[in-house]
Amino acid sequence: MAGAIWAVCDMVDGLPTRHGRELATLTWALGRAASRPTASVLVGPGASAAADAIASHGPDVLAVDADPGERPIAAVTAERVAALIRERQPAYVLLGTSDDGRDTAGILQALLEWGALVNVSAVRWGDDGPVAEVSVFGGRLVTESRLTQDHGLIIVRPSAVAAEAAERPGGVERIDPAPGADLAPVRVVDRVGEASAAVSIEEATVIVAGGRGVGGPEGFGVVRDLADALGGAVGATRAVVDSGWIGYAHQIGQTGKSVKPQLYVAAGISGAIQHKVGMQTSGTIVAINKDPDAPIAEFADMMVVGDLFEILPRLTAAVRARRA
Amino acid sequence: MRIVVLLKAVPVVGTEKMTGGWLLDRSAGLESNGNDEYVLEAGLKLVEAHGGELVTLTMGPSPATEAIRKALAMGAARAVQVVDEALAGSDALATGRVLAAALQRMEFDLALAGADTSDGQGGVVGAAVATRLGLPYLSYAAAIEPDPAAGTVRVRRISPTGYDVLEARMPALVAGTQLLGEPRYPSLRGIMQARSKQIATWSLADLGIDPASVGTPATWSAVLTATPPAQRAGATIVRDAPEAAVERIVEFLAARRLI
Ligand SMILES: Cc1cc2nc3c(=O)[nH]c(=O)nc-3n(C[C@H](O)[C@H](O)[C@H](O)COP(=O)(O)OP(=O)(O)OC[C@H]3O[C@@H](n4cnc5c(N)ncnc54)[C@H](O)[C@@H]3O)c2cc1C
Repeated sequence: MAGAIWAVCDMVDGLPTRHGRELATLTWALGRAASRPTASVLVGPGASAAADAIASHGPDVLAVDADPGERPIAAVTAERVAALIRERQPAYVLLGTSDDGRDTAGILQALLEWGALVNVSAVRWGDDGPVAEVSVFGGRLVTESRLTQDHGLIIVRPSAVAAEAAERPGGVERIDPAPGADLAPVRVVDRVGEASAAVSIEEATVIVAGGRGVGGPEGFGVVRDLADALGGAVGATRAVVDSGWIGYAHQIGQTGKSVKPQLYVAAGISGAIQHKVGMQTSGTIVAINKDPDAPIAEFADMMVVGDLFEILPRLTAAVRARRA
Repeated sequence: MRIVVLLKAVPVVGTEKMTGGWLLDRSAGLESNGNDEYVLEAGLKLVEAHGGELVTLTMGPSPATEAIRKALAMGAARAVQVVDEALAGSDALATGRVLAAALQRMEFDLALAGADTSDGQGGVVGAAVATRLGLPYLSYAAAIEPDPAAGTVRVRRISPTGYDVLEARMPALVAGTQLLGEPRYPSLRGIMQARSKQIATWSLADLGIDPASVGTPATWSAVLTATPPAQRAGATIVRDAPEAAVERIVEFLAARRLI
């Protein structure tokens, strides 16, 4: 039988992330199109407990309850996944573009000598293998690429598909493979939680982002209020992160996160290319800017010319009134 | 401290072009990759604090020299450039192989890489290089604190909920982010000094790498099509007074079932 298609799914706090669920759904769809077996691989504490949740998306689950102890989870995952790949020889392995996903993929590349399709925004099954869509050149081109070999890694961005339950769940197999490598030791000496960092803008379906136009840290109040009313997350430009008005976890763009929410509201953001590359694939883009000639007008769906401090509070109230 | 910074020369973001064979045009207009400049800055500060020397390592064609000169002007002592026609079209796997082979010939306590590049967008090369060389790999660094006496390095790694503090023995490879701090501008004196600094060029033969194992012939990804993305219809412009503007936004969002 032709080689299987696998997804390596991230967990946070013992639960699969939305991104991980999306990978499972995508893998299931590819497996159906290709008539190939599929599996979702979960590695980390609580993998068994999380297995049923990820099994609902269709692929069988390989749950590895590895305790990372004081080691980074990406290293622990890569060692186990490398062992599983060598043993069971799947053809294609999907990973996420999260920090841990990319670290795991880089380690796997070197351990297995496997090439990768990177920064992929969608995958379909082609004539005889996966075909990946990638947005390149600051979004001015979309390429479709295939692997030149009959196996390889595919590193997929969030929101390539919506996570969905399959008509029947996959089976769950608990395994404990011996690590397939002996990576140089790195010790996690401390894990520090920061309230401000507890945002996952990549997972949000609505993002309200603020730029220099918000004028200062307090200016983010109106941004946050609208995000709350819409059930969304707060994003930011580098300009405001550099100014210390909000944490880096919120930054969207070239040296921040890439996002693809259904709705992106940009308040007081000019739309510099380095910001655009991180958000231009969003579903609907609404910009609020004093300057009608701000570059963001060129790639927004709605450009509201006005003062964000006059627009946002009223919009928040209107959204709340509608929801009530 | 001996520091090597992996520095990639990339097309200016937003000006990228394709050549005939689906390759990224690297014939002119290259600058240092954004994240690489952040780790370069961090490396320069470490050398200022602890003494030692910072060397840049670039795999890239001759137009990359301009970006390398800038790094020398910022304070790098010298540079190594891996140049070979056979490298054109190399994917992340081949790049990792080449950079690992080059690093193996260099002496360092810390190798620093940007978390990812604006053109490749993979973010996998640093981990691959470290793995190939058996080096500890510490990634997504917001701060890098070596302890030369103890022979260890601590890194603050951004996590989904805050940050982790990682520790490893040196030599180690650290991949860093914008949080390391804004890169300096080269001074006039630095620019003058850079002219006489050495850029050693290494070929694949120097590294003992088979040209068939890199570049276009060895790439794992083949482009099938390249098309402009579906265009947005063009923005609906709203210039009404705030109340009326908000009504229009709400209608617009409701029509798209977003509220
Ligand atoms: C290597 C590198 C990497 C970078 N990476 C990123 C990145 O990841 N993300 C990123 O965002 N940027 C990045 N940048 C920076 C980028 O070039 C821009 O400088 C930045 O995006 C601008 O942020 P801004 O839109 O908030 O500010 P500005 O460009 O200053 O725009 C502010 C906008 O607010 C409007 N405004 C002001 N007051 C009001 C008001 N009261 N109501 C309504 N509108 C108002 C103004 O008309 C203006 O359009 C990077 C740059 C470099 C060199």
